[in-house]
Amino acid sequence: MTELLDRAARGAPDPAARPGSGGRGGTSPARRPGGGPARLGRFLRARPGLVVAVAVVLLVLTAAFVPGLLAPGDPAIGDTADRMLPPGPGHLFGTDHLGRDVWTRVVHGASLSLQATVIAVSVALIAGGLIGLVAGFAGGWVDEVLMRIVDVLLAIPAILLSLALITALGFGTVKVAIAVGIASVASFARVMRAETLRVRRSLYVEAARAVGTRRHVTLLRHVLPNAAGPVAVLAVLEFGLAILAISALSFLGYGAPPPASEWGSLVADGRNYLAVAWWMCAMPGLVIAATVLSVNRISRALDGEWRRSA
Amino acid sequence: MTVPYLLRRLGLAVVVLWAAWTVSFVVLYLLPGDPVATMAAGGGDGEQLSPAELDELRARYGLDQPLIVQYVTKLLAAVQGDLGTSFATGQGVRSAIAEALPPTLQMAGAGLLVAIVGGTALAVAATWTRRPWLRQVLAGLPSLAVSLPVFWVGLMLVQLFSFRLGWLPSVGDRGFAALVLPAITLGLPTGALIAQVLAKSLSQTLEASFVTTARAKGVGPAAVHLRHALGNAVIPALTVLGYVVGNVLAGSVVVETVFTRPGLGRLTVASVGVQDIPVVQGVVLFAALAFVVVNLIVDLAYPLLDPRVAVTGVVR
Repeated sequence: MTELLDRAARGAPDPAARPGSGGRGGTSPARRPGGGPARLGRFLRARPGLVVAVAVVLLVLTAAFVPGLLAPGDPAIGDTADRMLPPGPGHLFGTDHLGRDVWTRVVHGASLSLQATVIAVSVALIAGGLIGLVAGFAGGWVDEVLMRIVDVLLAIPAILLSLALITALGFGTVKVAIAVGIASVASFARVMRAETLRVRRSLYVEAARAVGTRRHVTLLRHVLPNAAGPVAVLAVLEFGLAILAISALSFLGYGAPPPASEWGSLVADGRNYLAVAWWMCAMPGLVIAATVLSVNRISRALDGEWRRSA
Repeated sequence: MTVPYLLRRLGLAVVVLWAAWTVSFVVLYLLPGDPVATMAAGGGDGEQLSPAELDELRARYGLDQPLIVQYVTKLLAAVQGDLGTSFATGQGVRSAIAEALPPTLQMAGAGLLVAIVGGTALAVAATWTRRPWLRQVLAGLPSLAVSLPVFWVGLMLVQLFSFRLGWLPSVGDRGFAALVLPAITLGLPTGALIAQVLAKSLSQTLEASFVTTARAKGVGPAAVHLRHALGNAVIPALTVLGYVVGNVLAGSVVVETVFTRPGLGRLTVASVGVQDIPVVQGVVLFAALAFVVVNLIVDLAYPLLDPRVAVTGVVR
């Protein structure tokens, strides 16, 4: 987070830190010592934390796409005889006040939470990326105007901006996701602009212009792919932030209406039973925290760790 | 500190506020959604209003006029300090915010204190220790802290310290004891941010040549670390203060809900729930105001803290 703020604040990132971002024009993998699976194995063996992070993310993805594989039961049905059982062999995460299995509810909630996160990141990535690309490539007054708007968006705390958007749009998972996405457009625009500025000055863009390539072709074929690397890393980091923001808003009650369960609303449900059944709050929250930690760890690995390890 | 510089900074601050107001206007009034219909349906059990009555309500709040007219009249009113009246309660927005502010400021102040003291202590400890594993653990703590959902941290603290141990009250705003858990919850993510920024700045400062000089002169390690290095490392870290204050204010939305405390955050949550546009806009404007004022103070304080910064041109 702070590194990204720094990077955005500096305007242009340190070019030495990322040769080969975007894949083109960088060092070819063949020149690296011991590329391929052997290197991947060494890389991962030295980083057990990263392996755990990847495993957690894979587990969450499984829960989102095939929840039945991890939790065959029905998340909405519980046996009241089994209500408020603490975590144990039968119920990994315990049961809630209606006897529903908390693990099953968390697993089945993953798809809604993940869906919202994907929407939020896509909105931020596409809108912010476009604004940054146009601002960096056009320069002049267009750049000036767009970046001043971005500055203002950064002056308003993200959650308040999201809340304002929710006030206007209304409640629901998708609306919350869009609100969170729009609230983080500004940081994407900044990083994208910085990258575009860097790429725009490079020799191949100049060459493209010299041979008479049209502006939009230059933009799409030469600038965009080479500027996209750091933005992609930011997108992975934003994934974690979006999970947190969406869960907070769904905790506040702006997400899906009651029968559906998102991770944030599961914690909210457990709140009334906090004194007697801590696991109802603790377990969904732990899953959120583990997911965010894992995503952040992976984003750190993508941000140059692999390259530096060569 | 020259008068033209001061005037330009103030002018810039006003422009940012105007822009923040405009952004919130665009978001709240231009996007689809019918606040009057929501207001009429408010509570759910009220009788259905006829279209004529809805129109009358719209007319009362000026929502029937063209948007550009609404924008100009509302902006002129806002410049004079009138932020409109709440749709839900009919109370003036400014007085509603002023009423909700004291408990939030109290909690935000306590949270900021926790964040600054904790963040600084962590940054100093992480750069102080010579043991690599401890250094790694301490440097990893901030990224752990920012990955935890704030509302969940609050609930877990309540479970442990209120229900399990019975040391502190779980809800309410009475007295110092009720302030401890909210302040920790609020200060945790912000303190992590401070720790990250300060640790980075501190480790850079420790490599500066004046630190080597101080060591060579025989100044003790603690004095070098705290008096020579920390004092200089704090200055670049100050730039995040505006962001930090905004963070703490925004955090009150979640923390006040978790601990059932009155204040600005609860006002915001309630207003969003009933689409009370004027109040939400007022809160957004207030957050931008806080951000702008803190940044202005930081910029003006720079030359006092660091004589090398000359205030002739732009301070960066």
